Amino acid sequence: MTPTMLQVTDLGHTYQSKDGPYDAIDALGFTVAAGELVCVVGPSGCGKSTLLRTVAGLIRPSRGSVSLHGTPVDGVPEDLAVVFQDYSRSLFPWLTVQRNVEFPLRGLPRAERAARAAEALAAVGLERAGRKYPWQLSGGMQQRVAIARALAYRPALLLMDEPFASVDAQTRFELEDLLLRVRREQDTTILLVTHDIDESVYLGDRVLVLSKSPASVVAQLPVDLGEHRDQITTRASDEFVELRAKVAGLLQGVPQTEPVAP
Amino acid sequence: MTGQRTGSRAAAGLVGLVGFFLVWEVASRTGLVPAYYLRPPSVVLPTVVRLLGDTGFLRALVATVFATLIAVAVAVAVAVPAGLLLGSVTWVRRAVMTLVEFLRPIPSVALIPLALLTFGTGPDTKITLAVYGGLWPILFNTMYALDELDPLHVETARAFGVGRLGVLGRVALPSAAPFVLTGIRLTFAISLAVVVSVELFSGGTIGLGQFILEASSGASQMDEVLAATVLAGLIGYGANAGLERLNNRFFAWNARGGGR
Repeated sequence: MTPTMLQVTDLGHTYQSKDGPYDAIDALGFTVAAGELVCVVGPSGCGKSTLLRTVAGLIRPSRGSVSLHGTPVDGVPEDLAVVFQDYSRSLFPWLTVQRNVEFPLRGLPRAERAARAAEALAAVGLERAGRKYPWQLSGGMQQRVAIARALAYRPALLLMDEPFASVDAQTRFELEDLLLRVRREQDTTILLVTHDIDESVYLGDRVLVLSKSPASVVAQLPVDLGEHRDQITTRASDEFVELRAKVAGLLQGVPQTEPVAP
Repeated sequence: MTGQRTGSRAAAGLVGLVGFFLVWEVASRTGLVPAYYLRPPSVVLPTVVRLLGDTGFLRALVATVFATLIAVAVAVAVAVPAGLLLGSVTWVRRAVMTLVEFLRPIPSVALIPLALLTFGTGPDTKITLAVYGGLWPILFNTMYALDELDPLHVETARAFGVGRLGVLGRVALPSAAPFVLTGIRLTFAISLAVVVSVELFSGGTIGLGQFILEASSGASQMDEVLAATVLAGLIGYGANAGLERLNNRFFAWNARGGGR
């Protein structure tokens, strides 16, 4: 039995807006085991980002608790990294690619910082881009820099907020495969939020389906597609097609125990 | 930017300058303006060259430039931290802004007599007043640059465990730096003007303003007055050009629309 990396219990968050209180998430509960890649999929605006920001310690939840390898999260945990959707606003334009990747490593000796950054950049195939600035790179490359920055930090848990939603389809496939490869090599635990059903099934060991706002967990589907996946054959396999239909059905609120009416 | 375009822009600038000197020359020679006071450039420009070899004048020039540089340095040291504070702590900003809006419009030149009585005629006076007059562009540019700070940059840093002060120093300050530099350019121009103004008012100090005042007391030295004025303009021009090069060299990311 692998140890639990992340435990989310009865999590709820209420925003105070001008129109009164607004429940973004409610009674959310799930766990992520060490080394697991869990995808969270839900209808747009259902509170996925709120969930992720709460886990990251950026928002203090109104109810419930989050704990990371057994320690309750209060404030930003030390060994956690986030990759946001908007790479162009998440990378620092005044720093070179190398310095961006070194950004979270302050406190380490200079030589080790450089070595870790070089290693992380090599892992995402950008070993030659260190001296460039983020804005000199394509969108897909910028998101790879953001992934490298998160990896260089060697987090116990990597959070990804719609990380591939702002790149074109071809780049998206490349980045998905890159993520699967890097995670195999480095054994990272990942919680990835997406609105893309196919992506959640293609990447995840498990897919958490969220309800409409206030979000709670509707279903947890194990994905049994093996460690090595392929954009063409995996996506064409029966298991993949069946799973994606199941997730799509759950998202539309179709009860899974009853047959779909014609 | 291509070298050719830089060249043609410099050439265009030169045309303007030469045109200005021509108009000045003609106006002075034809008697359109009193030539006795407004000497033509053909007289003034050789005087500029002669003054650059004159020890007395050079001492005045150096005194003015130094006073201005010190004033700019002090303004930066005061206004950047103050701008960061006002830009990031809402209640401090609310408490202080009314006072700032009251102090800012007071022309520092109007304070010269008061400052001369308070601080005497030494360099302290002109530096203090130049700091007062030059503080505002840096303060406001720093403060407003923080309003423009991208919240995702802040969240990214926070998610990596960077604390509040770390965010200020490692995210807010570099992100605001190009705006601060623009503020410094304005501050230099204001400080130079205030320093020369104070020198014009206070006897017994050394500086460009004092040199101009003494030269103009005997009307025969109007070419020296104009030459010193031209040189004061050149200092301002040189400082601005230098800071602009600094901007292009270090803040290219801002022009390329990096983060904002």
